[in-house]
Order: sequence, then structure tokens, then C-alpha cells
Amino acid sequence: MNLSQEHLSVATTCPYCGVGCGVKATPQGPQFATVAGDTAHPSNFGKLCVKGSALGETLGLEGRLLHPQVREEGKLRQASWDEALDRAAGQWRAIVDEHGPDAVALYVSGQLLTEDYYVANKLMKGYVGSANIDTNSRLCMSSAVAGHKRAFGEDLVPVNYDDLENADMIVLAGSNLAWCHPILFQRIMRAKEARPGLKLIVIDPRRTATCELADLHLPVKPGTDVWLFNGLLAYLSKSGAADPAFIANHTRGLDEALEAADISPEDVAQACKLPLDDVLAFYDAFAATAKVITGFSMGVNQSSAGTDKVNAIINCHLVTGRIGKPGMGPFSITGQPNAMGGREVGGLANMLAAHLDLDKPEHRAAVQEFWGSPRIADKPGLKAVDLFQAIESGKVKAVWVIATNPIVSLPDADQVRRALSKAELVIASDVVLGTDTNAYAHVLLPALAWGEKDGTVTNSERRISRQRTFLPAPGEARGDWKILCEFAQRLGYDGFDFAHQSEIFAEHARLSAWRNTPDALPRAFDIGTLAEIDRAGYDAMEPVQWPLGRRVFADQRFSFPDGRARFVPTAPRLPVNTAGGEYPLVLNTGRVRDQWHTMTRTGRAPKLAEHTPESFVDLHPQDALLCGVRDGELARISSQWGSMVARVRHGGGIARGSVFVPIHWNGQNASDARVGAVVNPVVDPVSGEPEFKHTPVMVDRFPVQWHGFVLSRTALELDQVAYWTRAQGAGFQRYEMAGRNRIADFGAWARELLGVHDEDADWLEYADRSAGVYRAVHIVDDRIAQCIFVSPRPDLPERAWLAGLFSNEALADAERAGVLAGRPLVQGADTGPTVCSCFGVGRNTICNAIRDQDLKTTAEVTACVKAGGNCGSCVPEIRQLLVLVREETAAAAAS
Amino acid sequence: MKPSLVVIGNGMAGMRTVEELLALAPDLYDITVFGAEPHGNYNRILLSPVLAGEKSVDDIMLNTRAWYEENGITLHAGDPVVHIDRKRRLVRARSGHEVRYDRLLLATGSKPFIIPVPGHELPGVLAFRDIADVEGMLEASRNHRHAVVIGGGLLGLEAANGLARQGMTVTVVHVTDALMNQQLDKPAAQLLQRALEARGLAFMLEAQTAEIVGPDRVTAVRFKDGTEIPADLVVMTAGVRPNVELAISAGLHCERAIVVDDTLQTYDPRVYAVGECVQHRRATFGLVAPIWEQAKVCAAHLAGNGHRRYVQQASPTRLKVTGIELYSVGNFIGGEGSEDLVLRDARRGVYKRLVLDGPCLVGAVLYGDVQDGPWYFDLIQRGADISALRHHLLFGPALAA
Repeated sequence: MNLSQEHLSVATTCPYCGVGCGVKATPQGPQFATVAGDTAHPSNFGKLCVKGSALGETLGLEGRLLHPQVREEGKLRQASWDEALDRAAGQWRAIVDEHGPDAVALYVSGQLLTEDYYVANKLMKGYVGSANIDTNSRLCMSSAVAGHKRAFGEDLVPVNYDDLENADMIVLAGSNLAWCHPILFQRIMRAKEARPGLKLIVIDPRRTATCELADLHLPVKPGTDVWLFNGLLAYLSKSGAADPAFIANHTRGLDEALEAADISPEDVAQACKLPLDDVLAFYDAFAATAKVITGFSMGVNQSSAGTDKVNAIINCHLVTGRIGKPGMGPFSITGQPNAMGGREVGGLANMLAAHLDLDKPEHRAAVQEFWGSPRIADKPGLKAVDLFQAIESGKVKAVWVIATNPIVSLPDADQVRRALSKAELVIASDVVLGTDTNAYAHVLLPALAWGEKDGTVTNSERRISRQRTFLPAPGEARGDWKILCEFAQRLGYDGFDFAHQSEIFAEHARLSAWRNTPDALPRAFDIGTLAEIDRAGYDAMEPVQWPLGRRVFADQRFSFPDGRARFVPTAPRLPVNTAGGEYPLVLNTGRVRDQWHTMTRTGRAPKLAEHTPESFVDLHPQDALLCGVRDGELARISSQWGSMVARVRHGGGIARGSVFVPIHWNGQNASDARVGAVVNPVVDPVSGEPEFKHTPVMVDRFPVQWHGFVLSRTALELDQVAYWTRAQGAGFQRYEMAGRNRIADFGAWARELLGVHDEDADWLEYADRSAGVYRAVHIVDDRIAQCIFVSPRPDLPERAWLAGLFSNEALADAERAGVLAGRPLVQGADTGPTVCSCFGVGRNTICNAIRDQDLKTTAEVTACVKAGGNCGSCVPEIRQLLVLVREETAAAAAS
Repeated sequence: MKPSLVVIGNGMAGMRTVEELLALAPDLYDITVFGAEPHGNYNRILLSPVLAGEKSVDDIMLNTRAWYEENGITLHAGDPVVHIDRKRRLVRARSGHEVRYDRLLLATGSKPFIIPVPGHELPGVLAFRDIADVEGMLEASRNHRHAVVIGGGLLGLEAANGLARQGMTVTVVHVTDALMNQQLDKPAAQLLQRALEARGLAFMLEAQTAEIVGPDRVTAVRFKDGTEIPADLVVMTAGVRPNVELAISAGLHCERAIVVDDTLQTYDPRVYAVGECVQHRRATFGLVAPIWEQAKVCAAHLAGNGHRRYVQQASPTRLKVTGIELYSVGNFIGGEGSEDLVLRDARRGVYKRLVLDGPCLVGAVLYGDVQDGPWYFDLIQRGADISALRHHLLFGPALAA
């Protein structure tokens, strides 16, 4: 695009969730842009959620990594691209030469564009010769991938978004769609408004925002979904809802599946801790409704039985034949913008490329031949959790982390930290400088961010959309594919001389069609018609859904050689670590409405920080009582793997025995709020997806001497404070704090903390020393610069009014008078300048009394409004006022 | 014939008592008033604005001679009583005039304390007590330049301000390290000092006056450390002493002042006393509010409606210097077990301090923003439990509602 043509809007795709909404971005200068929904995009038709709407606020170069850095004697220093890449490639090669290809690994991300992903996968599997490339999608939907492959023979999502509008019933399992995929939720909401008969059933241990719209909420006991869906399978097969013809002609394995699923609704109710009536209501509705979609997300996938949960769901759709037709099917809703693109290129340790399998020699041969590569990985690589354990044990010595933050996001995240601190070589490609993970990088490579990079992404309904550039590349940042290619070329590999990302896409499309014929290696994923795309065509590419021009499974042919789908027997099993003893509560994790991942982007938007400015642990009030923690205070959440600190909250509709903690906070914005450190590192045996939704924990008081907050235009160093968390405000940073130190001299302490050393600074303070309450406001040039509020209890004033003052050019007198109260001092009627200071009576009050009560003497005024009744100093003035009012009244009467 | 009430002292306390009495029982007594000053009754509190040129003497008159006539009161102004004969129940004035009484009300007030340093009797050394003093100061301000005010209390600062407003160069000499130490804590005193310095006043704190220097009129003030400053006018505002000589000579029981009970009765049941000349329990009085209350109680007893009792209460202090807002009430220093709330906004010149004792507010110092003073005073007087308001208290009644 031509960047000089400002104010021309660019059609691109939102970088957040898997819905993949179309966005129109209009640049406003070199660093900023306004964004709006793209009405032409078939995923969102112009709608955007709050995160998407705030994308404009997240732009700007503050905190960006703009130049390559290398670590020398423990410190990062800027380096040229040549130096950084030479060092990275040189060490990498040395490690491969000495220890073999399995001693190196890539750990990548669903944030990558398909072209980046393709190159990364090609590099590892075809050239380095190891399948040690895994991705944070492992943490997100690998159970869905595994479930799809077990049931369909290929990783296929058989539902489109418009099926939601055609369904008569939507079941959402383990999905807080209202917060995590708001645009899809809104589509359902509108469909339900238009068609109130559309039934919504939500299966979730928590009473989430999604439940607000539900006809039925089933708050299952955490980890018991398989019981519920096994019971449904058994019920459907007995109730006459089964489709015998479909079962007979298009499936295998129902008997084994039914054997494993032999459970009565009564037993289901008991196992899932649900009322029997609700279980039956769900089963009846499912049995009676042909057009049913079962949407599922992390609550299903992130489990040690995640793959079985997926198959238990799919089984129910297979037994009823409700698949491959409008308005029905099992629907995996992905978390990341390009999790699906990563799956297409095979960017997981147990996949190959273009829906070909690593464990099949003929598939390997086909891919190697297509690439013309020197070697091809012949066994699955290490999946995320195993990978970092192998790094700690020294088996893997070099890792390149691209566009993700594993020290925050992986389970047993302290283990990840130990692993990275032991690795011989840690390369990190990122768009921001300060992340928990980058702190361990030896080589740090600046990548292009959203708005700068250019390529394709695939959303949850298999729709490939372009992400386009609308901002210039800042500093020396480069696209991830470019960095990978230059690295590969330094290792002497051909096959990476792409001049433009469109060439990568074309190769990827070509590979999808490679030997993709019924008699060779048939796959549903085939975008071969796009293989001849040139750069202009690529630039102009409209959103396109695959399979092109047909519905997945419309022909009721599945991807196994025999064309039949498989029922998978799913014997229910409990989560690996069950609650009890020292760790009596079950930790569940998830998102909050307005944040994304580790907040490197959403954390910059003041609007998004307002909803949930700090991490929290939500638990049932009764459990809180037992743990000795109270709403609004701090608690330590500990498992046998690690611990964190967060604010106690109720109100999330958490059942007894469970606690919920959001995933977003990390070392950059909080002292100790990485929930990853607490999560158990157990994984699903098939998919390798960690059990994020079920870790036994205990919750304890986090005793502090004081609670406080700071709003400050400048960033602060709070390392000395026992608890802190930072949120971006409009023109300020907000810090919530708590401390264990006894503060002897509040004034001196506060000035030190805020860095106010000027004795004559405009400094307002309020102190109630014996109550431990202190407040101070620092004003510079009549504008509020900083404020600090401290109390022994978390009973601090609301931040909103104070926050608003940071936008004011100058503080009004009334605002200044209120800052230490933390709220506007409500003024009554204007009583006028004080006349009687003994009783604080104003001129207007006196004049009104004289007028209204027809007062004649000072004594009458005193009797009426007290003024003049004490020292009498104001009696002369009252006398004047009597005359004045009399004259006024006379004048008014005369006219 | 009606019983006779004789009032010694034509000041604010005595006349307020008479007014209260007239309101209760207009025709009960034949009333005779003796006053040392040759005026009607005026509001002594307003002498500061008169000195500052903001008000005239006429503005501050409370009761004119006509008022006495209208109410049938015999006034002997400028004729002080010199003797009380309690046996014969009569008083004798300086003029020799004698009046018999059935009830006697002592309202002799107080007199300024003149520090007895050498030179204290020189011309140009004044107190700040009555209209004559104000006239003397105004006179001096017309012909002289350097004024020294000894005593940085409430009255001294008002005098200093008034003299400065009249164009004199004023230095305030104070014996402790903080102004108004009876009413302010140190931070408030410092703010006040800065504000007054900005208006051109000079201060010498922790300064001990050794001598007032001058051949026939004051020319300088010398201190114990030997330093000297020029002075054409010296105003002594180092406190007051109750006027008790007359009472003592009449054999009435006095300690620091005339001792009265809760009905304002002295040890002689026919003799009452009110105002700055009395001592109730251990306290003497200088502020107007408690004196108004005494007048009310005393009048009720004189009227024969003897059920009221005088109860001491905190009273607020204000500085009558235009543009300076200052309010102090109660025990603002605090003590063992007391707690305080403090608010400072130096740039805006605001300082507020509230002293709590248990759940009650017991004192307040407000500087710069005194709007809420009466509210605090009310809370102190009522002994209100402010525990629930504590965090809002310093921000005024609006937030506490």
C-alpha cells in the first residue's frame, strides 16, 4: 500500500480471538490509526467487541522492541541484524552439530501469520530435521485437533458461523462466549431475539456472562463433561433420536463407544453434581432438536481428558447424524487469531504440513519431495510442556520463542523460568521489549506488530482473511517470516529465498493440493486454487472459506480411507490431580472480558483496563470464610507447583470448591500474579494439552499492613512493595499496592515512592496517622501529576473521579479541594461569601431570609438564621444587608 | 418600690445580662449602671476593625444612651465604682455618688497586662483594650512610623494588622516560637506567620523584652540579648488580668478572679458576677460565647427563674484580620491517647487539624478554609460519636451526610 495516502482505510483482520473479525483501519499519522468494524467481512459484518474497538488505543511505539539486542555479560545491548542473526544461527548450528537436531526447538504462536508459521514449520521439519516445533496453540485447542483427527481422520471443523443463525439449539460447553468471542455471542443474541425459540444451553462450572442468555445453565462439577456427554450418547441411542442409517453407512465403532458410555441420567446427575431434572431437560432438548450445534472451547480442551471430551461431544453428533448439514454440528471455537492457520501448515510437534501426518512414511516422503528438503522429521517432536521440561533437563539446549510468552502462559510456569535460565541459547522474537520471557533471551529480535505485518490468518470457521499493513515498519523491526528465512539462509538452507509473503502463501496453497487426490493422499484441506496467486491478487484477496464452495462433510464422507467417521469410546476419568487434603479447592483459569493473553497489547488501552484493573481470585463466600480471606483483600493461591497473589472477589457465581483466576497478569504488570506458576503441568495423553482448568490449590490470607493505590503520570519502581499491580490509564499509570512494612513517616515515604524530592513541590496531604490513613496529591503546573492513597484496609476511595482529573488541563478549585477526599465535594446551594463566621452563614442565606421572611431587625435575622448571634461582629453587615434588601424590594415594587 | 439592681461595668457582659434580664422580667428592678468609660456600651471585639479602618466607632455601638433611657436604666458613664459596702448594701462611685442595692452585678471585666519592664510607663506605650487605646494608636500612626507589638496572640496580631493598615512599619515580638500558641498548633502558626509576613508584618519570635527605651517618649525596644529595634509606638498585648480589686476590697472570695458558682452567684448571695472578671471552677474567660451564656444564666437567676446552670463549653476563636481565615476550637493540641487528622495544602494556604479523643471530636484548628468550623464546633459541643464519619470528617459535612 502507499503509506503517503493517509486517511485511506485498509481492510485487515483483528489480532485477537479466533472469530477473526474484519477491521477497517485508517492511519492517522505514522503511529496511529482509527479502527472500525469492516461491514463487508462475513465474520462480523462491521461489528467489533470492546477489545477490537480499542485497537486504536493499543498502537504507538511505547515499549516496543525496535532493534535487535544481544546479551553480553548478563546485559542486553543493541546489535545489528547481521550480528544478532549470525550469533543466533552460529550457536544454533554448533548445538545441532554437536547434539543433533533434537537439541534445538522452536516455540511459536497462534499470533503468527500463516506465512510465518509455514516458514517456521518448514525450517524445523524439513531442514533442521526435527519436529521440535510446538506452539501456544498446544495450550488452547490441541485437544480439538486430536479429537477431530480421531473422529474424522482429519482436523476439520464442520460448522460455519451462519450455522449459528440456522440452529434451533446451541449448546456451549466450557465456553464463556460472551467474553471470549463476543461477536459470535452477539450473533447468537440477535438470532435469539429474532427467534426466541432458539434454545441456548450453557455447560460451565461458573455462572459466566454467557449464562445470562441461557435457557438452561448446567454448572457441572469441574472435569466431569465426559460423564455428561456419555450419558447423552446413551440417552440418544435409547430415545430414538439416533440416526441408524447414518450410523450404519458413515460411521464405525458405536458399540464400543456405547459400552464406555453406559451411564444413566441419574448417575450423570450424581457424577456431575447436577439436578437430575436439569440433566434430563438437556437430554430431552438435545434428543428433540435436529438442528443443534455444540460449541466448545477451552473449558473442554484444557483438560487431561480434553480429547475424550471432544470425542464425547462428537459422538453425540455422529449418533444422531447431525453433522455436515446447515445449523448443526460440533463446533470447536478457537482462542487465537490464527490457531487455525497454524493447524493448516502443520505447525505443531505432532503434525507435518497441509494436513499430512508425521507418522505416515508416504506423507513424509510427499512433503520432503515437495520441499526438496535435505531431510524430514520422522517422529513427533516435543509438545509444549515436555519441551520445556526437556530444556530444563538439558536435552534441548536451544530454543527460539516467537510471538509468545511461555513464562506467563505455560503451566508450572516457574519450571519454564528455570528451563530458560538453563538453556544454552534462548532466541526471542517479539514486538515488545519487556516481557517475562524476554528477560531470559540471549538474542532478542524485533518483529513487526499488527498493523505493520502482512499476511493471512484463518478463523474458527476456516475462513482465510488478509491481515494488511497500514502502518510503516518501525525501527528495524521485520516480519517473522523474513527473520526466519534469513536465519535459515545463514544455516545454508535453500528453500527460503522468498521475496514476498505472497510467495509463501502460494507455496503453502500448492502444498495443500500436492498429491491431494482420492487415490493418493486425499485431504479436505485443499486451497490449491489459490496456488497461482500473484502479489496483486494476494493484496486484493477477499476473505475465503475452505473447502472452497462446499460444506465440510456435506457428502457425509470423512477423511479416513474408508470414508467413515469413528465413534471414540470415552471412558470417563477424573482430572489427574484431585482436590483434597492440603489443597482442597480446584483452580479454574480463563480470560476477563477486556484483556487478551499477557496484555502486551490490550494492557496499553486505558479503556480496556477499566473493567478489571487487577488480577483476582473469585471464590464462593463460604469457601472464602473457611480460608480466612475477605472480599477486597489479598489472598495467596498456592498449589504444589507454585503460588501467586490476587485480590479476593465474589460474584462470579463460583460453586463451592472452585476458584477462578484470570490468565493475563504477569511480571510486567504485577508483583506476583502469574497464574501459570500455580497450574499443574499435567497434560492430556493424546493431545498434550495442559489441564489449565483443574489444579488443586489452597487459598490463604496474604497479610499486609496497608493497602493503597497510586495514579501517576510517570512510571514507578515498586520492587520494595509486597504487592503491586499496574494498569494503564488515560494519561497515567494506575498502581494498586499493598505492603507489609510499617510506615513510620508517611509523608517522607510517599515522597520517596513517588520521587518527589523538591521541598517546595505543590504537595497536598491528608493524614490520620493513628488510623494508618494517608493521602497525598502532587500537583505540577496546576495539573494533577500523582496521587497516593493508603489505608490499613482496602476501603480506598473510588479511582474513577481521580483518574478523570488526569485529563484536565488545570485543576479547578473545587476539584483541588476534593482531591484528598478522592471525590468531588458536593456543594450545596451557593450560600455566598461568609458573613457570620461563627455560624458559617453566607450573604445569600441572610438576604434570602430577609426577603422571604420579611425580616426587619438584626435580632430577627439572628433568630431566623443564627447569623450575628454569637460575637456580633457581623451585625453591622447584617444591618447593611437589611437596608440593601429593603431598597431592592422597594425598587422592584416601584418598577 | 421595686428592688434595686446595681450593675458595676458598662461593658458587653454586664449589658448583655441586663438585656437578657429585661427580656425575662422587664419591670422587676430599678437598674443603675456604673461604667468607667465615658461611652455607651460598645462591642469591644470590633475594636480591631476600627483600628484597621474598616469600621467606625459608631458602627460598633451596641447600646446608645437613648436605649438606657427607654428602658428606665440610670447610667453613670465615666464614673467608676470605688467602694462596695456589703453590710449596708450600697456602692459608692468615684464622684461620691452612692446607690443602694438589693442585687449587685459585678461585670468589671479585665485589664490588659502591661509587662513591668523598665520604660513601660513611657508615653507611646499602649494596651489594646478600649476606645481610648484605639484612638491613641490611630493618633500615633498619623505622626510616627515604627510600631512594636509585644505579644503575638490573637489581640496582638489584630493590633499589628490594624497598625500596618494605618501605614506603620510593624514588628510583632513574641516570647514563644509560634504565634497564637494558645489557639494554634505549630504548622498552622507557621502558615499564619507566612501570610502575615506577606502582608508586610515583621516577626521576632522567642524574643524576651528587656526594656522600653526612650528619654521622654518611647524610641526603641531592647531585648535580653542586647539587640534593639526602633519603636515610636509600643502596644502591649501580652494578656489580660481580671479586674478583681473592687471585689477583694469588698471581701468577696476571689482566686484568679471572682469565684462564682453555676448560677454566677459569688460567695455573697446578693452579689452576682459575669464576664472576664469571674472564675467558674478553675476557668476564666476571654471569649464572647461563654460570656453570652453566663449572661443568660445570670439573668435567669436575677429574674427569679432560677433553674438554669452555667456549663462550660469549648468556644471557637477567630482572627479578625481581613483575608486571613483562621478558626480554632477546643483542645486542639491533644494529649495522651488522643488522635489527630491533618490536611495540608500549603500552596492554597490551607491547614486543618482535628483532634479526636476516642469516638469524639475534641478540638479543631482550621487555617485558610474555615467554612466547616461551625460544623466541627457543633460536633464538639454535642459530644457526637464521629467514628462513622472519621474518614470524611476533614472534608466537611457534605461528604459525611
